[in-house]
Amino acid sequence: MRNICMCFQLHAPYRLKRYRFFEIGQDHYYYDDYQTENRIQQLAQQSYLPANRTILDMIKSSNGKFRCAYTISGITLELLEQYAPEVIDSFRELAQTGSVEFLAEPYAHSLSSIFDINEFDKQLKLHSERIEQLFGQKPTTLCNSELIYSDELGDIAYKMGYHVQMIPGAKHMLGWKSPNYMYSNVINHKAKLLVRNPKLSDDISFRFNDHSWQDYPLDAEKFIRWISNIPEEEPIVNLWMGYETFGIRQQAYTGIFEFLKALPYFAMEQKMSFVTPAEAAKKLTAVDTLSTNSAISWSGETKNLSVWTGNDLQQEALNKLYSVGERVRLCTDKALQQDWLALQSVDHFRYMSHTDAFDTNYESPYEAFMNYMNVLSDFLQRVDEQYPTTIENEELNALLKTINNQEKEIERLEKELKAARARKSKQQE
Amino acid sequence: MKALMFGWEFPPHILGGLGTASFGLTRGMAQQKDMDITFVIPKPWGDEDQSFLKIIGACNVPIVWKECDWNQVNEKLGKFMSPDEFFRLREGIHYDFRRIGTNELGCVNFSGRYPDNLVEEIGNYEAVASVLANQLDFDIIHSHDWLTYPAGVFAKQISGKPLVIHVHATDFDRSRGNVNPTVYNIEKRGMDEADHIITVSNLTRATVIEKYHIDPAKVTTVHNAVEPLKDADSYKKTPRKDKIVTFLGRITMQKGPEYFVEAAARVLQKTKGVRFVMAGNGDMMNAMIHLVAQKGIADRFHFTGFLRGREVHEMLAESDVYVMPSVSEPFGISPLEAMQVGTPSIISHQSGCAEILSHAIKTDYWDIDAMADAIYAIVKYPAMYNSLHQLGKEEVNKISWYDAGLKVRAIYNQVLHRF
Repeated sequence: MRNICMCFQLHAPYRLKRYRFFEIGQDHYYYDDYQTENRIQQLAQQSYLPANRTILDMIKSSNGKFRCAYTISGITLELLEQYAPEVIDSFRELAQTGSVEFLAEPYAHSLSSIFDINEFDKQLKLHSERIEQLFGQKPTTLCNSELIYSDELGDIAYKMGYHVQMIPGAKHMLGWKSPNYMYSNVINHKAKLLVRNPKLSDDISFRFNDHSWQDYPLDAEKFIRWISNIPEEEPIVNLWMGYETFGIRQQAYTGIFEFLKALPYFAMEQKMSFVTPAEAAKKLTAVDTLSTNSAISWSGETKNLSVWTGNDLQQEALNKLYSVGERVRLCTDKALQQDWLALQSVDHFRYMSHTDAFDTNYESPYEAFMNYMNVLSDFLQRVDEQYPTTIENEELNALLKTINNQEKEIERLEKELKAARARKSKQQE
Repeated sequence: MKALMFGWEFPPHILGGLGTASFGLTRGMAQQKDMDITFVIPKPWGDEDQSFLKIIGACNVPIVWKECDWNQVNEKLGKFMSPDEFFRLREGIHYDFRRIGTNELGCVNFSGRYPDNLVEEIGNYEAVASVLANQLDFDIIHSHDWLTYPAGVFAKQISGKPLVIHVHATDFDRSRGNVNPTVYNIEKRGMDEADHIITVSNLTRATVIEKYHIDPAKVTTVHNAVEPLKDADSYKKTPRKDKIVTFLGRITMQKGPEYFVEAAARVLQKTKGVRFVMAGNGDMMNAMIHLVAQKGIADRFHFTGFLRGREVHEMLAESDVYVMPSVSEPFGISPLEAMQVGTPSIISHQSGCAEILSHAIKTDYWDIDAMADAIYAIVKYPAMYNSLHQLGKEEVNKISWYDAGLKVRAIYNQVLHRF
């Protein structure tokens, strides 16, 4: 029986305000609340809410047979709670149906998996806590930011407790292999991999309303027919796309919501079933291993990381940012921690791309870089004020340990003192 | 295809960007095998490069019939043209221009510059055009900038050949809005009479359409390019402690020098290790020196005076940032020259070249905060400098006069087809 696994990604960043260099050291608030709110409201009203309503309908009318998964970044959850809490409520409702799985991803939708593995770990935990708090589910499947994956990362993620991972369908990794099987990591055979089907995912996400596309118009019947035409022995089709596909990338008037709604109907007619990634992992066994040395993502034709890390500007910004990772994690300052996360979202680096600065609010990649670096300079100064860069990390660690242990030490000594006093008074008696 | 072009300047003796653009464009066009260009300028010096076109000096064309013999002509003009050609041109005098003062050969004296009696010189140039229009063989007339529009129009009336005018600037750019009615009148008449108008940027195209009320269908933009700098690698940047930020150009109202000073003051408030240089000359120079003193930044702000030839490229190459805060710049070739030697450029949105450059920083000329921010970013963040340095160089090396020439040729074909 054929399985369809649908995953939706939700992410919106904190937009940075225009931050000039003479504000460095003066102004520690970096965000353009108006732009951030505007974007999140647009996403909520035009996409998230109507799409959630549609999905809920689909689950109810199919008696829970329609199933899907969400990967929502922690930052997006924050923004939704602040500006559009009704979206959180509607996700809670979805969670209660039991047909929805929430996936794990780095809290800030960051590139931490590439630049700072400890940060990656920390953000996964933070995100996991948040999801559990909100939806009562502990994520077990990993869906890294922008599906970033490499052999090494797959192994690391397994060791962190994520036994199933959604990964991009890069041609140079797959070679002749079909994405429609379950695979395993080449280093660690126990780590299971679900591969995004790039063609079918993009058909919905990018080509649905493309009049110049030979297969236009796309309807649910046709789409399901394509899936049923796949050779019978291939068990699963993984569709992964940005949730804004519904309502924003493909506007409501194109009939995208009706398309979505009709999918289960035709799928079930063809005896296909819907699964979440965790269920897929239980149902299927890995047929082979996949291997990619260099990190891949779902983006573009090349499926590499070049839109975020490809040019000098991006490299410099990322290197500067992650150079202080260890120090920031030592800090206890709440505001600093919050800014640290907000500054890590992949979007800030995408805006610096010369080739594809999707959704940018800057006039040029250079402006995006200038603004980001000014903000980052201020941030780095603040980190430096807490822990001067003149002190080596190891030395700092040792000092901090002493400081943190001081309390315990005092407590221990006090106890000893008490005990001694008690003994003494006993003796006197 | 034979083109008769009227210009005002031609290298090596040039006063502004017009000469450079005329040279680049004609050289780019001459690479088309069947292109034959005759370029008229008021006063040639004899050392112009004539390998790809023919130059005629208006000051050597007779407009009043005077008796003279072969030897006399050879002695006076042999350096510029053959006496036979002189006598052939003399046959083309069909009008009575005796009101114009001429020398013993019947030729007018031109300064070839921008003298006080400029309007009179434009009129004399028109007279020369009438003689040339009668005697030369050409398919199309091409006039560069307003000084030569009347000549082009007269040549069109006499020969019946189509006229293309090339707008390198309008009086709105030069005067920040205080337009001289005489100049406007000459420009407007030229544009009305032209069969097609070429502008050097969309910015200028908009001015032509909005301020001179020309039918948009008649106006096409052909962006300028830059001559490849053959010895680009010979310009070295000496390592020094301070970063150098440069303004280079005429220090006049049009170029917005005061915004550069203001931005400099902003940067210097916060940053050490940066020096500012204002290279060039102009009527606002003294005012700028005052302003610099007033802002209290004279110890880090330097004036070099007028630079020429190699000095220009040397100055640009020594700089870490080049700034062109022009208030209204039809095209502006100097940022391209800066990028050729690898110097990052900051240009105003009000410059035509901003339309074709993506590896340069663009700000509004009045936005001194943005300008200061950009200067700061380039001197402080190495990736910023390196990217602009490398990618800017690659970008500018792709812009060629040959391509611009092809676009002009397409316009010629279109106009002739209609004729």
